[in-house]
Amino acid sequence: MENMVHVFLMGKMYEVPSSLTIMKAIEYAGYQLIRGCGCRNGFCGACATVYRIKGDPELKACLACQTKVEDNMYIAMLPGFPLVKQIYDIEKVRPDETIMMQLYPEIYSCIGCNACTKACPQGLNVMQYIAYAQRGEYEKCAEESFDCVMCGICSSRCPAGISHPQVAMLARRLNGKYIAPKSQHLADRVQEIKEGKFEGMIEDLMGKPLSEIQELYNTREIEK
Amino acid sequence: MAIYTNEMLESMKKVEAARAVNVTLDPRRMTAEEKDTLLKTYHPDYKEGEFTNLQIGPNKGDKVPLELAAILQANPRIDPEKVDLSNPDYDVDVLIIGGGGAGASAAIEANNGGANVMIVTKLRMGDANTMMAEGGIQAADKPNDSPAQHFLDAYGGGHFAAKKELVYKLVTEAPEAIQWLNDLGVEFDKAPDGTMITTHGGGTSRKRMHAAKDYSGAEIMRTLRDEVLNRGIPVVDFTAAIELIKDDKGAVAGAVLLNMETKEILIAKAKTVIIATGGAGRMHYQGFPTSNHYGATADGLVLGYRAGAKLLYPDTLQYHPTGAAFPEQTFGALVTEKVRSPGAMLNNANGEAFMNPLETRDVSAASIIRECSDRGNGVHTPEGVGVWLDTPMIEIKGGEGTIEKRIPAMLRMFAKYDIDIRKEPILVYPTLHYQNGGIDITTDGMSCVENLFVAGEAVGGIHGRNRLMGNSLLDIIVFGRNAGRNAAAKAKDVTVGKLNLDHVSAYKKEMEEAGIHSDIVSPKLLPDYRRHK
Ligand SMILES: Cc1cc2nc3c(=O)[nH]c(=O)nc-3n(C[C@H](O)[C@H](O)[C@H](O)COP(=O)(O)OP(=O)(O)OC[C@H]3O[C@@H](n4cnc5c(N)ncnc54)[C@H](O)[C@@H]3O)c2cc1C
Ligand code: FES
Repeated sequence: MENMVHVFLMGKMYEVPSSLTIMKAIEYAGYQLIRGCGCRNGFCGACATVYRIKGDPELKACLACQTKVEDNMYIAMLPGFPLVKQIYDIEKVRPDETIMMQLYPEIYSCIGCNACTKACPQGLNVMQYIAYAQRGEYEKCAEESFDCVMCGICSSRCPAGISHPQVAMLARRLNGKYIAPKSQHLADRVQEIKEGKFEGMIEDLMGKPLSEIQELYNTREIEK
Repeated sequence: MAIYTNEMLESMKKVEAARAVNVTLDPRRMTAEEKDTLLKTYHPDYKEGEFTNLQIGPNKGDKVPLELAAILQANPRIDPEKVDLSNPDYDVDVLIIGGGGAGASAAIEANNGGANVMIVTKLRMGDANTMMAEGGIQAADKPNDSPAQHFLDAYGGGHFAAKKELVYKLVTEAPEAIQWLNDLGVEFDKAPDGTMITTHGGGTSRKRMHAAKDYSGAEIMRTLRDEVLNRGIPVVDFTAAIELIKDDKGAVAGAVLLNMETKEILIAKAKTVIIATGGAGRMHYQGFPTSNHYGATADGLVLGYRAGAKLLYPDTLQYHPTGAAFPEQTFGALVTEKVRSPGAMLNNANGEAFMNPLETRDVSAASIIRECSDRGNGVHTPEGVGVWLDTPMIEIKGGEGTIEKRIPAMLRMFAKYDIDIRKEPILVYPTLHYQNGGIDITTDGMSCVENLFVAGEAVGGIHGRNRLMGNSLLDIIVFGRNAGRNAAAKAKDVTVGKLNLDHVSAYKKEMEEAGIHSDIVSPKLLPDYRRHK
């Protein structure tokens, strides 16, 4: 017999096997998910969820597809938490401090409560990356926030109304486009292709009889 | 948390004991003949009883998986005679169906081309297979590599079945695709001097896999989504396309939409339409678990097929060799190929490194299935069976900290269940991963139906009968952009005639005449995982 636990989905009690994730438990209980379910594997952030365990006052947060049910778990999903995304033109912005001031000035109202970090289901140091963003240190902000799935749980806990995932998104784009070193070999190759340097080579290959292409493939040298 | 059985623990000890020797091995690659026999005997694509021939439509007589035949030869969700097309809710130049990487790339280029473009997507934008890609994206941009070499790998890896002109486009436009992404702000892994850090993937002859840690797809997807939103391109989410609409000239001219929650029917009129609906993992072909996102149900193939679009290689699926086999909560989830590329070995229950870990995916999957079936060398798990992927080897070969630096998502996924992949190997078994086939297109991205474009995993022919890791993220960018550009250009010359759903009625009639009686409606939209008592 499977080991069963009691969970409360939006307040209503159901009995479900203890081995299930919260997401599978909701389905086991008979719900067809539409909101709150995307990748089912911890990448998309669709399944932001908060819960309490009976007797423990702490409000915990997690991704429903990545977390096992526990006995007496009170569960509510937060799909579509309203984050603020500002509009900007990536070609026109510059990676200096003023851009955050312009687009996301609320980050300077951070009171340092660290509720965002405590809530992050990815275990990111959210408050720290906001601090980097405040100082215009976008490379550090990008690195610290890299594993963000933009579920919005951090923002749901923020007394200053910061949309942390969107701040980090901007920082990563600034870093990727303007700050990270340029790849010369890539630019060279794009140029060579434009100049038609490889056309003959490939067309020659494509034109060969199948048996010859097969031979080339089967005997091709593999880089160590 | 993760509770191992005694059999698993005993076997794990053997893997640990053999590690010091295994780490020095480089098992020989199989010969072409060995691979051939292996595939024919063990690969799911060759299991005759799991396929049937289509009785109607553009691919009449062709072989497809049973589950796909069931939705292709099924009833529409609407009664075509009763839908009012006279007052469209949306009227745009380019309608894009699907908010994954292909759809987003297409939208950006259609917007560049001056078109009024709109995306409809079934869940949220980015709830898509693109978001989940971990490993990386190929492009021949290193001095020891060339587009021709890339061509050889892709074409050979696909068993010489791909459409050559599509592969040509894929490989020659690859470096520019990387540059485009980088210019949008995608953070690729780079050395301090800017050199892209590139690695091998199964079937590559040069190290040309570009990555953003093991969040490559997520990094690309979230950046493209941000760009789509910055441009003010409308995204209608939680809305599925359930049928294409044509005009009286027989060209595609829009789609019937369904609000996933309220079930409201909406009509979108468009000059050109791009299907970018992705793959089919949630069809669970042959009962396999899947690595795919929740909405991967081959909807695009159904829409296109009813409208007369021809499919290419709909009988070939990719089973990723390393799906998680344990613990139960991760069953079917992908263990990225980036675990094998830096050297983790595949071991059977006895700790033997039974194959070279860098064979192509179909060969690796078949080899694991052989090990676990006829050879009886699999490790039994509560869900089934699997073989070991010896992750601690990565730390031995690459130095301590390599796992945390290169595959943090993997480390996190297993850590949730108290498995430290730096110290313990993990159990894997093939999982349904990718739809190799799809709708046939020409190099302009159009199907054989006028004004119907297709991009991304819904396309067939770019990868032949087997796709290499890293060529799909590449194809959604190259062919997504291509479709967006061409659909926008084409829209300039289109005047839409009177809208109708005659093709849907005609298809129903064809079904009747062929004596097909189905109680299934399609497209499927979502799998149903509710427990039915
Ligand atoms: C776990 C995983 C790892 C992978 N790793 C790699 C890798 O390392 N390298 C690589 O190259 N490739 C990889 N792939 C493959 C690659 O990610 C996908 O093939 C590719 O991203 C598909 O992009 P797409 O835009 O065609 O489809 P998707 O990204 O799946 O987007 C399709 C979109 O269409 C929507 N949709 C579907 N039906 C409808 C409908 N009826 N109406 C409206 N909208 C609809 C979906 O909801 C979704 O938003 C991986 C795939 C998976 C699942
Ligand atoms: S469903 Fe995507 S993170 Fe849970």
